Amino acid sequence: MLPNSPGLGFKPEHFQAIAETHPALGFFEVHAENYMGDGGMPHAMLTRLRADYAISVHGVGLSIGGPDPLNEDHLLRLKALCDRYQPESFSEHLAWASHGGEWLHDLLPLPYTPETLTLVADHIDRVQEVLGRRMLLENPATYVLFEQSVIAETEFLAELVRRTGCGLLLDVNNVFVSCVNHRTDPRAYLDAFPLAAVKELHLGGHSEEDLPSGPLLIDDHGAPVADPVWALYAELVSRTGPLPSLIEWDNDVPAFPVLMAEADRAARILGAIRGQAYAHAS
Amino acid sequence: MPTHREFARAFQMGIHSGTLPPGLTACNSDEVDRRFAVYRNNVIHGLKQALKQRFPAIERLVGAEFFAAMAQVFIQAYPPDGPILQRWGETMPAFLEGFAPVASLPYLADVARVELARGRAYHASDAAPVDPARLTEMALSNSEAMVLALHSSVQLLTLALPGGSIWAAQQPGGPAAPTTWGPECVLVGRSGMADVRVRILASSEAAFLAALSQGMPFGPAVHAARMQERGFDPTRALADLLAARLIVDVALAEKGEFR
Amino acid sequence: MTKTDTALSLAAAVTCALALAGPAQAADEMEKCYGVALAGQNDCAAGPGTTCAGTSTIDYQGNSWKYVPAGTCVEMKTPHGMGSLEPVKA
Repeated sequence: MLPNSPGLGFKPEHFQAIAETHPALGFFEVHAENYMGDGGMPHAMLTRLRADYAISVHGVGLSIGGPDPLNEDHLLRLKALCDRYQPESFSEHLAWASHGGEWLHDLLPLPYTPETLTLVADHIDRVQEVLGRRMLLENPATYVLFEQSVIAETEFLAELVRRTGCGLLLDVNNVFVSCVNHRTDPRAYLDAFPLAAVKELHLGGHSEEDLPSGPLLIDDHGAPVADPVWALYAELVSRTGPLPSLIEWDNDVPAFPVLMAEADRAARILGAIRGQAYAHAS
Repeated sequence: MPTHREFARAFQMGIHSGTLPPGLTACNSDEVDRRFAVYRNNVIHGLKQALKQRFPAIERLVGAEFFAAMAQVFIQAYPPDGPILQRWGETMPAFLEGFAPVASLPYLADVARVELARGRAYHASDAAPVDPARLTEMALSNSEAMVLALHSSVQLLTLALPGGSIWAAQQPGGPAAPTTWGPECVLVGRSGMADVRVRILASSEAAFLAALSQGMPFGPAVHAARMQERGFDPTRALADLLAARLIVDVALAEKGEFR
Repeated sequence: MTKTDTALSLAAAVTCALALAGPAQAADEMEKCYGVALAGQNDCAAGPGTTCAGTSTIDYQGNSWKYVPAGTCVEMKTPHGMGSLEPVKA
């Protein structure tokens, strides 16, 4: 289990700052696919991080929401990585990235239907069987919807939890981005979300475009977390209690202190709710 | 209703062609095109970034705008076939050799070969350097028959054009571009954890290292180098390998092997 | 040269090489090495970070190619002139 405190997405350019300052953070998260070489600096850095911090391994290439069977070679690589580093958490996305042997390297959306529900549940079962551990599944940021979808995203995720026993990674920025993009209410989304299964939160920055009908938010992980997302986060953790809370910043990565300032902001919010009795405990 | 497989195929084709796949909606249906374009952009942009990271010298040589356009053609021709991006791009030299707009820059393929080798070296497995005392002991007891194991990052490239020198000239503070144009042998290896080195070799040294990397004992390997250059002295080549920590083990060849 | 001479000269080469190479460095190189341009390539899938503007399909049809190499290659002196191994056709 990851500690219920802020963590940061690890960037190699921050390794020196981390090694020198040993920042007070609950955990670091790494993208699994960056650590699938045989050796060298990536593993040396992860070994060092692992010695000092809890680790979350976050996959971006498994294509759990795709129509093809999971790539068994890749599953074994994930297993080797998890066996080697014994991370406190492994997570992947409710999305697809490959079809017919081609990898598009993006987190692509899927329609929510009885067919895809069964498919994704089978894939999660297979992951948990091979890795021998419970995984967390992350809600996506989306830009389009599908005519064929007949199940709400929150219901789809809740049913996956029931069928597979997996946990959920709730990306608060993704909730905000998707809800703004589809002109729905993020608070209603969170009300419908199976919060009891949430074991980690993500917070990241987004950018904004203008469409004739209003804003289109892009989940670009290239900016500070936006104020409305912080507000949503504060409301959420006041209901759930403190949870592991990751700051993600993958584009135009700033100097380490900028990331620490974001983590500190999350820590202050978590500290404030620790000071009070939070809603579900009272 | 399309199956999930049919859906994914249409979506994937749409990413490549720009044709909107069926079944997409949005709160305002006029905007579906622009919303779908976000996915198209993300895919192409992400893959271009990966190629920029893998082939920085090629990008410098042809310029950012040309590289970005060329990357898009490469992505269409050779899309990634696996989930690990650092393994993608092995077909770049062949692509460059057949890409007409760079026909006047035939050395690009060899520069790409150097960059690919550097990427492989960066991720190669770790091994501690050989114990000097053990090497000395082995050399004094039977130098001819000792077999030197090289680090797994070591790659010897035999290039038709001076791709190693041109690569070096593109580095910050690098030497001037080569003035003599001909075939070149290049050693790529990782010294320690992150220091990936590129070294241009004389033909005798290349023969010596090729022999060692094939597992040939020291005596025959020196002999192979002397076929290239009668007076070849292995001292300098060995010292370079040792300083770069690229010799990781020493053993004695089985009797009769290589003789 | 006799066989023993060869063996001796080879042994001498090894000991000289060891002396030239100097002692193995045991420095904490992790703290020194940050040349990590090759790290993190898979991050693009996690933070794609582009907008809906800009993508166009590049139709590569050979003669309709409108881009010209404009990097350092144009400064490179080759046996066939500046920038290229072949004269540029106007």
